[in-house]
Amino acid sequence: MRVLVIEDDAEAAAYMVKGLSEHGHVADHAIDAETGLIMAETAYDVIVLDRMLPGMDGLAAAETLRAKGDATPILFLSALGQVDDRVKGLRAGGDDYLVKPYAFAELLARIETLARRRGDEPQTEIKVGDLEIDLLGRRVNRAGERIDLQPREFKLLEYLARNADRVVTRTMLLENVWEYNFDPQTNVIDVHISRLRGKIDKGFDAPLLHTVRGAGYRLSEAG
Amino acid sequence: MGGLRKLIRSTAFRLAAFYLLIFGVSSAGLLGLVYWRSAGFTAQQIDETIAAELQGLNERYRLLGIPGLRQVVAERSGKQSQSLYMLMNPEERPLAGNINGWPTANIMPGGWMDFEYDLAVSGKTERRRARARKIDIAGGFRLLVGRDVQQRDELVGLIQSAFWWAGGGILAFGLVGGLLVTRSTLRRIDAMGAASQQIMAGDLSRRVPVNGSGDELDRLAASLNAMLDRIENLMTAVRQVSDNIAHDLRTPLNRLRARAEVTLMSDAEPEAYREALERTLQDADALLGTFNALLDIARLEGAADAGPSDIIDLSDIVADVTELYEPVAEDADITLLAEAEPGAAMVIGDRRLLAQALANLIDNAIKYTPKGGAVRVSAITAGGYAELSIADNGPGVPEAERGRIFDRFVRLEADRGKPGAGLGLSLVRAVAQMHNAEITAEDASPGLRVTLRLPSAT
Repeated sequence: MRVLVIEDDAEAAAYMVKGLSEHGHVADHAIDAETGLIMAETAYDVIVLDRMLPGMDGLAAAETLRAKGDATPILFLSALGQVDDRVKGLRAGGDDYLVKPYAFAELLARIETLARRRGDEPQTEIKVGDLEIDLLGRRVNRAGERIDLQPREFKLLEYLARNADRVVTRTMLLENVWEYNFDPQTNVIDVHISRLRGKIDKGFDAPLLHTVRGAGYRLSEAG
Repeated sequence: MGGLRKLIRSTAFRLAAFYLLIFGVSSAGLLGLVYWRSAGFTAQQIDETIAAELQGLNERYRLLGIPGLRQVVAERSGKQSQSLYMLMNPEERPLAGNINGWPTANIMPGGWMDFEYDLAVSGKTERRRARARKIDIAGGFRLLVGRDVQQRDELVGLIQSAFWWAGGGILAFGLVGGLLVTRSTLRRIDAMGAASQQIMAGDLSRRVPVNGSGDELDRLAASLNAMLDRIENLMTAVRQVSDNIAHDLRTPLNRLRARAEVTLMSDAEPEAYREALERTLQDADALLGTFNALLDIARLEGAADAGPSDIIDLSDIVADVTELYEPVAEDADITLLAEAEPGAAMVIGDRRLLAQALANLIDNAIKYTPKGGAVRVSAITAGGYAELSIADNGPGVPEAERGRIFDRFVRLEADRGKPGAGLGLSLVRAVAQMHNAEITAEDASPGLRVTLRLPSAT
């Protein structure tokens, strides 16, 4: 996919562009918001936008983009991590907010998730391999066998399934499944995952829920 | 005379002078009114008496003619009184009366005149003031009736001088009193000024003197002191953070650096480099985590009180967070119990921060409770406070160390071998402070109970 990185720290941007291309994406870099807005005229799948830029700042750039009717998903990067900063970013038209310093795996996972959101059609059923998730009836079957899940487990599986074949990080799960964005001391998410794994993978030959080392988890048929 | 100039320039002195002016003008007005009413009243009385007597004599004349009038005037003139009479014929000769000669004075409208006459008192002649009215009687006769007003004038003079003395006294007392009051106020303000000078010079523990009177100055001093307490707390917090960074971040940073350096020196296999880099990354992440936690705590401790404003049901947070930690507890063979009825504890706060605080507390409790133990989380409202408490039945914390557990980087003897940097409970305390909540750690016999008492929003 094509990613536009608008970031005034050229070195950080270079690492980001390198990392993204190593994962098979095409990334361009703009050093300020003005250049970024011109480059954004061509189609990108995701825009990574630094909140603090010289001249026009990230918030204003996002508002300008949205005012022009550009709906490209925006991921804000910021050194400001307070709740109201986050809220401001999302209100200005941002789709996600990542606080510096961040792990590259986290950035990558979020960019890939954001790209999917476009053209997302309302789904009633998701299939991952032989796992079938009925979103309306809130039922889960694997290989025709009924699996009972707690409401939260269902929500967790639903999020993983909506992002099937992509890496989701622990913070993404905490933010989207529990709607909290703090950093829990213990890896509470890991325990929830292993419990879910015990229900959907246990007793089946091919595991669907994979741990991605140093990044998070991925639900996919392929290992 | 710098002191006097300073006194005159001071606000308190100006206020005192202004009040003195207002007070002086109004008392002068009051005294003036009293004077005018009393002097005017006696003058009017005298005039009325004269007019009445004159009318009586005039009637006598009409009945009895000049001879009758002359007789009455002569009779009355003979009596000892303050009344003065004079009846003159057309040839300007006195027919009867008790003054020697027709007075020379300007005649005012209505025949009134003020004049001086000679009165013989025990052989001596005395010049006295009088007021009289004259009427012309047919045929060129003239009649004068008057009264001696010397005594009245003396009385009025006495009143006047009394008023002057009183006025002067009021001014003098006002001035001296004003100066005294001003000086005592000024002295207190100077003391406050001196204290702030010392504080500015670096002695943050100094406080502005409070005399306990509860007046405006005292209240000002008290709120200045409250402000200073807050500033001192913040300064202490900043100093603590920098000390902490120096002590507790330097060691892991040093380790990280040493590993990178040693790995570079050795001629190792690519696999060894990879492993060293991965461990460096882990260390960096741990460092960043510590760093972020420190920043969060410092930011919360420095936050203005008017931060959170959402109405929150603590039982929601209890349900969410216990649900989040329930599998962790189960894995550790610990029973995690949530005891909170919906709506039982409403507070004004920040949902994310309260959840994080509770998460840290539950995390902590699970970490220190042995297998088979239980952690109870409850939220109730009691006595105007919403109480959020987390109790475990683990080994607890010795009483002597209970006060210390909320400090940064504090890890008790029993913590050796457990993960963590010792910042979780510091964050809890910072969140509590931000919510104006009281936080206590007590013996749950056995175990530890941590309670947050937040102002209730119901």
